[in-house]
Amino acid sequence: MTKLDAKIPQGPLAEKWTTYKQDLSPVNPANKRRLEIIVIGTGLAGASAAASFAELGFKVKAFTILDSPRRAHSIAAQGGINAAKNYPNDGDSIYRLFYDTIKGGDYRAREANVYRLAEVSNNIIDQCVAQGVPFAREYGGLLDNRSFGGALVSRTFYARGQTGQQLLLGAYSALSKEVGKGNVQMYNRRDMMELVIIDGRARGVIMRNLVTGELERYSAHAVVLATGGYGNVFFLSTNAMASNGSAIWKAYKKGAFFGNPAFTQIHPTCIPVKGDYQSKLTLMSESLRNDGRIWVPKHKEDAQKIRDGQLKPTEIPEDRRDYYLERRYPAFGNLVPRDVASRAAKERCDAGFGVGRTGLAVYLDFADAINRLGKQVIEARYGNLFQMYEKIVDENPYETPMMIYPAVHYTMGGLWVDYELQTTIPGLFAAGEANFSDHGANRLGASALMQGLADGYFILPYTIQSYLNDQIRVPFFKTDLPEFDQAENSTKATIDRLLSIKGKNTVDSYHRKLGLIMWDHVGMGRNKEGLEKAIRLIRELREDFWNNVRVPGKNEMVNPELEKALRVADFLELGELMAKDALQRKESCGGHFREEYQTEEGEALRDDENFSFVSAWEYKGADQEDVLHKEILEHEFLHVTQRSYK
Amino acid sequence: MDLTLKIWRQASANEKGQFINYPVTDISPDASFLEMLDILNEELVHKDEDPVAFDHDCREGICGACSLFINGRPHGPDKGITTCQMHMRHFKDGETIVIEPWRAKPFPVIKDLMVDRSAFDEIIQAGGFISVKTGGIPDANAIPIPKRVADIAMDAAACIGCGACVAACKNASAMLFVAAKVSQFARLPQGKVEARERVQNMVAKMDELGFGNCTNTYACEAECPKEISVSHIARMNSEFLISKLASQKK
Repeated sequence: MTKLDAKIPQGPLAEKWTTYKQDLSPVNPANKRRLEIIVIGTGLAGASAAASFAELGFKVKAFTILDSPRRAHSIAAQGGINAAKNYPNDGDSIYRLFYDTIKGGDYRAREANVYRLAEVSNNIIDQCVAQGVPFAREYGGLLDNRSFGGALVSRTFYARGQTGQQLLLGAYSALSKEVGKGNVQMYNRRDMMELVIIDGRARGVIMRNLVTGELERYSAHAVVLATGGYGNVFFLSTNAMASNGSAIWKAYKKGAFFGNPAFTQIHPTCIPVKGDYQSKLTLMSESLRNDGRIWVPKHKEDAQKIRDGQLKPTEIPEDRRDYYLERRYPAFGNLVPRDVASRAAKERCDAGFGVGRTGLAVYLDFADAINRLGKQVIEARYGNLFQMYEKIVDENPYETPMMIYPAVHYTMGGLWVDYELQTTIPGLFAAGEANFSDHGANRLGASALMQGLADGYFILPYTIQSYLNDQIRVPFFKTDLPEFDQAENSTKATIDRLLSIKGKNTVDSYHRKLGLIMWDHVGMGRNKEGLEKAIRLIRELREDFWNNVRVPGKNEMVNPELEKALRVADFLELGELMAKDALQRKESCGGHFREEYQTEEGEALRDDENFSFVSAWEYKGADQEDVLHKEILEHEFLHVTQRSYK
Repeated sequence: MDLTLKIWRQASANEKGQFINYPVTDISPDASFLEMLDILNEELVHKDEDPVAFDHDCREGICGACSLFINGRPHGPDKGITTCQMHMRHFKDGETIVIEPWRAKPFPVIKDLMVDRSAFDEIIQAGGFISVKTGGIPDANAIPIPKRVADIAMDAAACIGCGACVAACKNASAMLFVAAKVSQFARLPQGKVEARERVQNMVAKMDELGFGNCTNTYACEAECPKEISVSHIARMNSEFLISKLASQKK
């Protein structure tokens, strides 16, 4: 078995990153101009990385699938970004943020990476404020904080309910500044089709121009994938419509290992599913759990009456309500981590206490907070979220409790990377949600923004130099090399094949079917039998797809159906790997809940003796089984315990 | 609900477009407008016809991708939301709905209802930023900013760059878009340093790209899905004048 080298620097935890930076030999300014970097994706990680590389003097080519880099799905993050500033004087520290993140991830993340993340978190806030990000402030003019799940301190910085938008626009402005100066070549409406490898190193990409359909070739000395997560494998998720797993999946099939594919985050507070025409789910920010209380009726007959429309939630008296999170987890209450809150909601609904027409919803109630603080305060804090809810559900959350249910939100898994964020393919890096690195088996709220920007602003600009430093003699690559021909031809063959099937089922119909398989068997509760069934069903569906899908039109045009078909083809493979990973992990941890492995109280039961590792999968070819490698997690600095929020 | 959709179809930027009628039936009032178009497109694929192309992504009103001109109004009849947040309950059973792309010279049609808004990116690239590099930044609390000022900056920063303001304006003016960015930065101490150059550069780029002038109809504010106030235009005008006068003095 290959030994995975995470390249973690020696020495005490708090000194590793400093030591790393001291030992680094930067590329000299004259040589930086001779080195090119491709960045795929312009969300928080991609835009911040591209801007920072360009500021250092590297030549950068940046690509977005959308019509502008400003639209990347980071923009939809609502609640906030964590940092260990300890401005509220409530006992926060870099160590505490590190500890909470490791514990929140159920001890399945790499300590050195997480400590570094906590360490640079404070720089991110400074950087964003300097860019003009209008974070919320107190009357004295200093920055305000709020609380998020899985933490006992207030460390979350926010800009109303649009924190992701403001941070992304900050990174976008930095990127635009460099595009304006000519240091970044920006390419909009481009979808990555293939990674080009020359002599074992990542050297380029094949992109499809989504306006003309043309396949374009780009070369560079290094390639950074910052293409986000693969939650859309479930069809219904809080991800944007174009969010996909294709770029990392192409990298996987070219030899990059895939880390923890099974680790998916199901977010507890989303607007419940309504009809079979539904295209996506909408998140209601976790910040709402600061003031909202989650409950279901204490008695099944009340729940039934609500489902039948005979009773309103406001008519149920206090003593007939079950605030189940406060009951089960008195220490953290409504602010338990996401995986715990989601499972608890599912448990109540499965037991027959769910509300809403379908019985798959619980209440998130602001009546207490409105009585205590007044409607105005609540409106100032969450006004845009309440408006969003009302537009979708057609109910006024100031007057009646919100209905929420868990939905797929984030994927902790992603390309396996070492301490330098480099994949197992030399010269190929992965940043943000596209890598697996920092969140273990469950990500804490307000930590995705932190990680995306940490990777892009403060980590990659250092670590990529360690790779590029020995590339200074390598001249610019021409794109007429045979490796480019081959990559383009294989893409073309796939596109031609899809267009020639002319079957009877639409792409979306396959995507929906795949989503249901994933949700039923690889979702919140997983078991051996279900996972084996899922693998079988996905294989059958994939076979059917390649024989009966209908993709209209041709390649040389704006063709959204073709774009979707290419993505769904990849999801039909990725979904199987997720199920395989979930099957091999015979323990429960974080968002990965194997029903066979739980405590008597229904909490996740970890098996540290046998599963304290990152699963890193290797692709071996279409007809062969993927091979599992293990990066053993050495918990050198933290005492591993049963995670408790009671 | 049963509806007739009168949709602008245009194969590419260089070809002529036309309205084509499509009936859709049995639409749930709880479906979103874009989900209704998804249903139409599924039918078109089944009938071997070309599906309608339109921009969309987050489908929760924040990315700014969706851009439909519905019954003569950008983002449709409801106030303060984007097309993707609009639900079919706002329409009547049996209604005919007219769906067009944004119509403005600087936003050429790519296909059907998709337009090219890269002009907005170019305006930002001309000056819509604060010229700080990564790293070497003082502590975030080093400069206190009054809450009132931060709140006004946030009001302006809420712009999603969808282009509804341009589509709504009879002159295809981009003033509200540009003003939102200029005003956000001009109010914050961090942004004041470059305020004069910024407003000059962004306005010059806006003019160069062919956006029209502002004649104070306030259609932009009325149709902005984020309800950004025209008071930011007033702020930009004053910033512009101050900047002009200062450059003349030199």
